[in-house]
Amino acid sequence: MISVHLILFLAFAAVAVAGAINLLAQTHPINSALSLIAVMAALAGEYLLLGAEFVAAVQVIVYAGAIMVLFVFVIMLLNAGVEEHTQGSRVAVLFGIPGMLLGSLLVAWVLLRHSGTEAVAAGALPGSPTTIGPLLFHEFLLPFEITSILILIAIMGAVVLASKPPSSPVPPRKGD
Amino acid sequence: MVPLSYYLVLSGILFACGVTGFLIKRNIITIFMSIELMLNGVNLSFVAFAAHWHALAGQVFVFFVMVVAAAEAAVGLAIIIAVYRTRETLNVDQVNLLKL
Repeated sequence: MISVHLILFLAFAAVAVAGAINLLAQTHPINSALSLIAVMAALAGEYLLLGAEFVAAVQVIVYAGAIMVLFVFVIMLLNAGVEEHTQGSRVAVLFGIPGMLLGSLLVAWVLLRHSGTEAVAAGALPGSPTTIGPLLFHEFLLPFEITSILILIAIMGAVVLASKPPSSPVPPRKGD
Repeated sequence: MVPLSYYLVLSGILFACGVTGFLIKRNIITIFMSIELMLNGVNLSFVAFAAHWHALAGQVFVFFVMVVAAAEAAVGLAIIIAVYRTRETLNVDQVNLLKL
């Protein structure tokens, strides 16, 4: 008997894989960005199935919201057009196709060999903010503070990199 | 009830799609999006293992991955803007000053 949980999992997984393949198939970056947003929304559904409700909310707010808005903003800013087609390298064909076959064989072997793994129940682990908060601010306090320094450095680096170079010469005035 | 292996296979498929996009795409912004796709695949396996082993630390690590992804996106997109300002292209094949 197929449970509702499995049906929901397969539906979200189908959306995620279709979005990922669409990201590869599209040539315009804005279409790729929209399909990546679809993948992230589907993954938020998978997180909800696993009981990680806070992670699902943060996935939608931070990933699909903030980070993808940054991507779309840069695509608009640079007026990115359709991708130009260039000749693929021969090394990619030589190693890529056997590597892909090997990888899919490995995935198929895992599915057949370990398909009897213990099932993960829906909502097995309560991932609400009241349970995650104490863990984040007690046991993982040091990594939390280090990531705050990392994001501060990233903000300053982005401002320095994206600002105009200071050495640009001032154009002479017309009247002089 | 969904077996853990299903979640891991989905995570692997998303990661493989990200690697493929990283290798075959020529637009630098799309290459960046492929990296985000790989990070998302890893996040899914983190959450699945957290639920499987009843260890909430796996969900905490997802937040750290998200913070690193946000920092990487901010710095990377700033680099893309700087590259576009000097080279006026987004095609990675034309940014080849370091190539022999």
